[in-house]
Amino acid sequence: MKQRLMTAAFAALMAAGPALADLTIVDTSYRTGAYAANGIPFSDGYQDYFTLLNERDGGVGGEKINLVECETGYNTEKGVECYEATKGAGNGALVYQPLSTGITYQLIPKASADGIPLHTMGYGRTSAKNGGVFEWVFNYPANYWDGASHAITHILDQNGGDISGKKISLVYHNSAYGKEPIRTLEELSAKHGFELVLLPVDHPGQEQKSQWLQIRRDRPDYVIMWGWGVMNQVAIQEAVNIKFPMENFIGIWWSGSENDVKAAGAAANGYKALTFHNLGRDYPVYDDIQKHVVDAGKAAGAGDQVGTVLYNRGMYAAMLAAEAIKTAQEMHGVSAINAAQLRDGMENLEMTEAKMAALGLPGFGPEFKVSCENHGGNGYGAVSQWDAAAGEFTLITDYFQSDQEIINKLVAEDSAAFAAENGITPRC
Amino acid sequence: MFYREAGDFKTSYVDDNQTFPIKFDRYRYYVVLIAAFAVVPLVINDYWVNAVFLPFLIYAIAAIGLNILVGYCGQVSLGTGGFMAVGAYACYKLMTGFPDINIFFHIILAGGITSAVCVLFGLPSLRIKGFYLAVATLAAQFFLVWLFNRVGWFYNYSASGQINAPERTVFGVAVTGAQTAPWAAYLFCLVFTVACAILARNLTRGMAGRKWMAIRDMDIAAEIIGVNPLKAKLTAFAVSGFFVGISGALFFSVYLGAVEVGEAFGINKSFLVLFMVIIGGLGSIFGSFAGAAFLVLLPVLLKNVLVGGLGWPTDLAAHLEFMIVGALIVIFLIAEPHGLAQLWRVAKEKLRLWPFPH
Repeated sequence: MKQRLMTAAFAALMAAGPALADLTIVDTSYRTGAYAANGIPFSDGYQDYFTLLNERDGGVGGEKINLVECETGYNTEKGVECYEATKGAGNGALVYQPLSTGITYQLIPKASADGIPLHTMGYGRTSAKNGGVFEWVFNYPANYWDGASHAITHILDQNGGDISGKKISLVYHNSAYGKEPIRTLEELSAKHGFELVLLPVDHPGQEQKSQWLQIRRDRPDYVIMWGWGVMNQVAIQEAVNIKFPMENFIGIWWSGSENDVKAAGAAANGYKALTFHNLGRDYPVYDDIQKHVVDAGKAAGAGDQVGTVLYNRGMYAAMLAAEAIKTAQEMHGVSAINAAQLRDGMENLEMTEAKMAALGLPGFGPEFKVSCENHGGNGYGAVSQWDAAAGEFTLITDYFQSDQEIINKLVAEDSAAFAAENGITPRC
Repeated sequence: MFYREAGDFKTSYVDDNQTFPIKFDRYRYYVVLIAAFAVVPLVINDYWVNAVFLPFLIYAIAAIGLNILVGYCGQVSLGTGGFMAVGAYACYKLMTGFPDINIFFHIILAGGITSAVCVLFGLPSLRIKGFYLAVATLAAQFFLVWLFNRVGWFYNYSASGQINAPERTVFGVAVTGAQTAPWAAYLFCLVFTVACAILARNLTRGMAGRKWMAIRDMDIAAEIIGVNPLKAKLTAFAVSGFFVGISGALFFSVYLGAVEVGEAFGINKSFLVLFMVIIGGLGSIFGSFAGAAFLVLLPVLLKNVLVGGLGWPTDLAAHLEFMIVGALIVIFLIAEPHGLAQLWRVAKEKLRLWPFPH
């Protein structure tokens, strides 16, 4: 009885539905739960950029962007619910950016079957770089394995190219996300002769005393971290507590936002994190965002995140999506593109310095060109460092490339295994 | 008027012992079954299946399983998430190890394997009771999650530690994998849910169920009248594990398709299923369904009302959802400590007298 009543209520609601719009972008955000501190700025940046395009340019190629937000709470079951609820919104969702490796793994087969592209920027399944096998999945401009290699390359640079006999600990979120870099680090450890110690931290990562006790005992030369949400803050605080030298503590790009270091105060000074885009808000596009979005009262969330690391990343993701839409519109000669056409646009996306400068983001990210063989960019990244006094992350290196030899080999291996498991013949 | 025993003559013991002694109930049950099997599959779409029906059916199986242990046999368990993980990983290993065997048997076998694991962790129940047993099963929860995270063999040494369900078919129709039609996934789970419910109902009103209830009500008295506590407790663990294992296998293979043990089968899952049993009603098969429906459907309904209907911000809606569901749980349990099943029982009593209450 109860269920039938609910059914009736549901049917009425689903029939009401959102208004039709031209280009539907779904933001599967998480503004609640243990990962909200990181989910909010990313989502704000993602939405604000599209709002900017709507307000300033009237959308992309004359088509307004219809933003649909769905709260996942970083939970895979809710993620599935969100995907099913929003995939038909408006004229159909164009692209998903789930910002969760767990949800990405769920969505890869579903989105591939439904013909909706996934953009997992700097997360998700690394071997999706092989576009021949993963037709609908893109992870440009960099992926986890690039990140693992960036960290090791940076350590190599600091040690004059020789790290044999050094001890490096990996503190990682004990999930698909945190386990991704292990295989690459193992390969790199064999190549460069360092000792790798693995220290898993269980979700949500509030309890890390034993891991850091072990670090205190082992005295590794470097610690690399694959953390997210509250785990980052706790890890940095614990590192401070055991007086681990901060400049030898390197986080992946998901462990390098202001939220993560501020809690530890001045002692966190010198903490390093990787990044695949530039930081700060000294870009012309921020003047436009301030004018058309924030001052106009149209900012997503509280509007207080503009210019933070993760806000920039969300905005960068939105910018790449908008550029892919433009590419698709040019290729197909229509402005109201569908998801399949956007996929073509993503596969032919080329980011050049001139293009980024024209968008008001000069030098913001690396240059790359997507192709059928390469859905993942060229693996350029940089290292940033936290300046506690100034309260900001600053780049301390130029963009440098990851160890393509090792990574391409691993990508080929893993994607071939996926292709064999699922009976996929590579397209190229 | 319609809802009464009078006039419905039972002429055999079989008739007298049927699950629904009242004619109206019986017809309602048939109508629900016919609707579930013949009507719903025709109108169902991806959203309804993945957001509403699959979680409801699968959690209902898990709740039935836990209800047998907690509600019928009185053994408190906080290991449901871990046991569901056993079902899921057993199913995964069987699916990838023996791809030629039908998925249907894999799921039943996964239930069997979980049943064995559950008995193993049920052994301490012979010595410890109540809260202490809860802690022992809590250990099972953490140990099993740790095991599936730690030992690569369970996830076939995949780079991410995730397990992914390959495509499997029943009578040539895909029931797992991305190409699954909504009706196929729904019917597949429905068959399991209905079969489990019928099995559980008949077990609980037979000799096995009476023994469990005797143990629950007073174990020493039960022992004196000849119930073997070893057998009774361990069969409860075995049967409960079987159902929970089936639900874990379906949860992984049909519903999610890709699973990460810490996230999908963490301690939260154990609590969620336990709350379903408590809110639905301890010791009631209907209560298991009601509890699962309450905790699965209500958040989805609230989300659709608050975000889809009223257009509120998603974060506000998500927070309100917690508050409303939490408040409703408290209100329900204050108003009716025996759960939704008791409300249903009271309603039936009233219906019997309606419209002449005196």
